Amino acid sequence: MTVSLSGKEVAEQIAQRFPEAVSEAGDQAILVKSESIFDVLEYLKSSPELDFNYLNYITAVDYYDYFEVVYQLTSMKHNHCLVLKTRCYDRENPSVPSVVRLWRGADFQEREIYDLLGISFEGHPNLKRIALWEGFEGHPLRKDYL
Amino acid sequence: MEVDDITPKHIYSDIELDSAEGEAIEALKERSQQAIPDPDQWLEEELHRNILLTSLDAILNWARRSSLWPAICFPACCAFEFIAANASRFDLSRFGMEILRASPRQADLLVTAGTLTWKMAPQVKRIYDQMAEPKWVIAMGACGISGGIFRSSYNVVPGYNRIIPVDVYVPGCPPRPEALIYGIRMLHNKISKGHTDIVLPLPLTSRERPGED
Repeated sequence: MTVSLSGKEVAEQIAQRFPEAVSEAGDQAILVKSESIFDVLEYLKSSPELDFNYLNYITAVDYYDYFEVVYQLTSMKHNHCLVLKTRCYDRENPSVPSVVRLWRGADFQEREIYDLLGISFEGHPNLKRIALWEGFEGHPLRKDYL
Repeated sequence: MEVDDITPKHIYSDIELDSAEGEAIEALKERSQQAIPDPDQWLEEELHRNILLTSLDAILNWARRSSLWPAICFPACCAFEFIAANASRFDLSRFGMEILRASPRQADLLVTAGTLTWKMAPQVKRIYDQMAEPKWVIAMGACGISGGIFRSSYNVVPGYNRIIPVDVYVPGCPPRPEALIYGIRMLHNKISKGHTDIVLPLPLTSRERPGED
C-alpha cells in the first residue's frame, strides 16, 4: 500500500533547499508559498530519494479569504505519496504557476480549475475554459457566484 | 503410476459412427429430391376478399405510428429506463419501434432521456434538425420536462421545450418503462389524429407553358 509521507519530515528537506518556501507543515500536508510552489514541486519530482513522478490530481478550494490549490503527488518507484497546498489571496486575479511542464496530466485539471474558479495558471500552454463555453460570465464554483 | 500405452484414443470416430452418419445423409438426400410445394391458389381469392377503402390520412397515420424509429440521443440516466423498455421484458418492438437509429436522418422520434446542459444543447438541436419530417419528440423524465432538480443550475437547459417542440411529456425521475410506454401510446393517439395536406402538382395553364404566348 502507498505510504503517506509525513509532511513535517519532507518539509525539513524542502527547507534545506528553499528556506523561505514552507509556511506550514503538518502530518497530512505541507503549505507552500505560491511564489515558490513551482520550485518546490520541481525539486520533489527530480530529487532521487523522493522521486514524485506521478501527479494524482490538482484541485482548488474557495475559502472566501483565499483560494487554496491542492496537489497530491505519488512516487511510483518508492510507493509513497504527499499532499501539498498553496494559497492565493488575490481574489480579483488569483494566479499560481502551472505544473504542466512537470506533469502533462495537469493540463486538463488546471483548465478545469481556471474554468470553475477563475485561478489562472501562469505558463499553461492552452489556458481556456474546458467545461463551460467561451463567453460564459463568472466562475461557478466560487462561493460568491450567484 | 505407469503409463505404458500413450497411443491417443477417441480422436478419430469409429467407422460404425461414420457409416451411420453417411446413411442418414443418403436417406435425407433420397427424400429431398423435390422442392417442398407452396400452394398459392388461395392468394387470388384472398386478395379479392381483402380490399378495404379508407382515407389517406388514416392509412398514413397508421403507417407512421406503427413504425416509429427513435433516434439515439440519450444525454443522461433516463436512458437506462429507455433501454429497459426496449429490452425483452417490456419489449418496445410490440409497437414497431425496436430499432434505434444512430443516424437522425433515419429516425422520426426523439426521446429526450436525460438532463441537457447548455454545452450539449446545440448538438441536440442539430440532431432534431437533421431528422426528416414528420417527426415527434417525447420529453422523458423530470429533467427533460423542466430541468428537474438541476433547473436552477447555471448550465442546465430548463426543459427541452426551450430548444425543440415537445409532443408528449412523461414525468418521473426516471419514469418507469410502463410510464414511457403509456407516453408512447399517447403519442400514437396524437399521430392518429394528424392531418396531412397533399399538395398535388397543378396542370400547366396555357399562360405558363413555355414557348406559347
